[in-house]
Amino acid sequence: MEYLFEAKNIVKQYAAHRALDDVSIEVPKGSIFGLLGPNGAGKTSLIRIINQITAPDEGSLIFDGEKLQPHHIEHIGYLPEERGLYKKMEVGEQAMYLARLKGLSKSEAKQALKKWFTAFEIEGWWNRKVEELSKGMAQKVQFIVTILHKPKLLIFDEPFSGFDPINTNLIKAEIKKLQEEGATIIFSTHRMESVEELCDHIALINNSKKILGGEINSIRNQFKQNLFEIQFKDSVNGLELPEGFLEKSSTHNTVQVQIPEQESPNQLLALALKSGEVVGFNEILPTVNDIFIQAVEQKNQS
Amino acid sequence: MNRIFLIIQREYLSRVKKKSFLIMTFVGPILMAALFVVPALLANQDSEQEHVLVLDKSTMFLSALEENSKVIFTYLPDDTSLDSAKEMVDGKKNYALLYIPMSETGSMAFLEENIQLYTKKQPSLGITGNLRRQMEKEIQRRKLAAKGIDFEMIDSVKSDIDLSTLILGEDGNEKEGSAERSMGLGFIGGLLIYMFIFIYGVQVMRGVIEEKTNRIVEVIISSIKPFQLMLGKIIGIAAVGLTQFLLWVILTIALVSVVQMAFLPDPMDTAEIANGAGQTMQLSESQETARDIMDGIQAINFPLIIGMFLFYFLGGYLLYSSLFAAVGSAVDGEADTQQFMMPITIPLILSFVVGSSIIDNPDGPLAFWFSIIPLTSPIVMMIRIPFGVPVPELLLSMSLLVLGFLGTTWLAARIYRVGILMYGKKVNYAELLKWIRYKG
Repeated sequence: MEYLFEAKNIVKQYAAHRALDDVSIEVPKGSIFGLLGPNGAGKTSLIRIINQITAPDEGSLIFDGEKLQPHHIEHIGYLPEERGLYKKMEVGEQAMYLARLKGLSKSEAKQALKKWFTAFEIEGWWNRKVEELSKGMAQKVQFIVTILHKPKLLIFDEPFSGFDPINTNLIKAEIKKLQEEGATIIFSTHRMESVEELCDHIALINNSKKILGGEINSIRNQFKQNLFEIQFKDSVNGLELPEGFLEKSSTHNTVQVQIPEQESPNQLLALALKSGEVVGFNEILPTVNDIFIQAVEQKNQS
Repeated sequence: MNRIFLIIQREYLSRVKKKSFLIMTFVGPILMAALFVVPALLANQDSEQEHVLVLDKSTMFLSALEENSKVIFTYLPDDTSLDSAKEMVDGKKNYALLYIPMSETGSMAFLEENIQLYTKKQPSLGITGNLRRQMEKEIQRRKLAAKGIDFEMIDSVKSDIDLSTLILGEDGNEKEGSAERSMGLGFIGGLLIYMFIFIYGVQVMRGVIEEKTNRIVEVIISSIKPFQLMLGKIIGIAAVGLTQFLLWVILTIALVSVVQMAFLPDPMDTAEIANGAGQTMQLSESQETARDIMDGIQAINFPLIIGMFLFYFLGGYLLYSSLFAAVGSAVDGEADTQQFMMPITIPLILSFVVGSSIIDNPDGPLAFWFSIIPLTSPIVMMIRIPFGVPVPELLLSMSLLVLGFLGTTWLAARIYRVGILMYGKKVNYAELLKWIRYKG
């Protein structure tokens, strides 16, 4: 697989605290990559290293086949968790300033900004002060300046914290579009459920260490427990299960059953059909949250 | 480089475009001009003459009191009673009553203790001093006469030395010097540097705090190194300071010359009129002072002083503003800056406090050390320069200042790069030390 970005064996030490301990990640080209883990795990430290805000103590960084260098910032767009704007500046002036800091010329910046301001329906705010903007509009401006210079790599740290649902959907759609146009995206968040339907690759970080990483479906398969849910039309009084089959939980019209690895789910379905009218039958795959908890437990045991 | 320029540009324009900058630009020179012009105007103004009634029972002072710019005397007949004389004092037309009693024995000691002045309100020191001097002189004259000494003789041997200072230059020419002028100039230079460091240093600190509290700093440093952001801010604000200073100089010169044209006649014109009239015309006292000041200003080495002012202003500003930036980066809001401001403001205030002893002894050890140490040298050296400072000493002080600001900038940058990304943490000095030691 071709990687846009690779971090190898990164170590970052802050006095007595080790923020990153031998962390490696590989971000495939064109993927949406989830950097997941609880608060304080080291996600932001890693992201700041990718953005060259801080330097790692050990390890190497590769961007698009080259060693990561200062000029690469022109190909990276970064929306930090702590984000804001100069309150006293005019919106357009502010957006121009941030775009030009990313290396765009005056005319390029102006042209691209006009296009995005129109698309996001905030063109009337160009000459207003930032402090007059509503929070949602300020977020749109921040998003625009992050992606304006058409970066190859987009990094969003806690992207949806503080966004209202309408903006969240708008931005999710824009991110999908950017991916289709060829951009690679890294999401970093502790709210794993918020990005799991978007991500195709993930890395789980806990206590400064990477505990798991790879393609999300293969990870899910790796952690699946052969758990199936049967949904009946009417309520049922339990199933007579053969040996090795385990009823996990049930409501008045659903039953979840774990079947032994060598058995086929058809056997369970046949059993169910005899017990009542079946309206649904599907496999329960673990959520990223479940996987994370299991992975942490496994790590602690070993 | 291009990016630093963008930062400088924003920092500069966003401040210069503010209303407060415009207001300060116009109010500053008016205050400065007022500082120079108002005392001159006040000195120029004649104070009113006061009428003083004199009831001289002793008849000794009848011809001795002379009217002058402060007082006019009206003698009452010496048979007027004290009470009716007192009633005549109204505080307006008749300002006061000077009562000189009759001495039974004719003793001067009795007079010295019993002369009284009656007024409606507390008289000014100018008037009481004037009266006392005139009467002391008369009593002295009489005492001397009693001993057979002629007062006019004493008067003729009195002398008044006008000590003019001439400074010998290297090339043999002589320059008129004046300790008072050097003192004034040094003091003004020092004060200006002190003000500029404070005003613009605090602006740097506010700017850093603003970026931190607005949470924009991380967005920016993903495009530019923290050090470049800090440097761009410091340089941009220095440019604001220099712009303001330049505008002040231009406006002050314009204002002062307008005022001069309006109130003080041009010495050339006066001389011509005097010649034309074919008679010596005496310049009024204030006009003479004005000419003195003008002559004195021409004797000052302005290129050196202005050049040194710019150097020490920039050097001092760079040294302190990077420290101010470090303080701004370490705190979450302006309220938390107190504990870190202390060690920065102490050397600044100290250099001002020792300023007066340095004016007394501009070449002493105190002056030497304070003008060499980079933390105090910008202000103290500025005070010393008008008195003349040996070139090697000046060069030492200047190079140490350059080293000083490189040092503080390095130190500040190491605190800054960690501080700007640190939110909601109460920071102390131990923490700052830790930050300085962080790698990368």
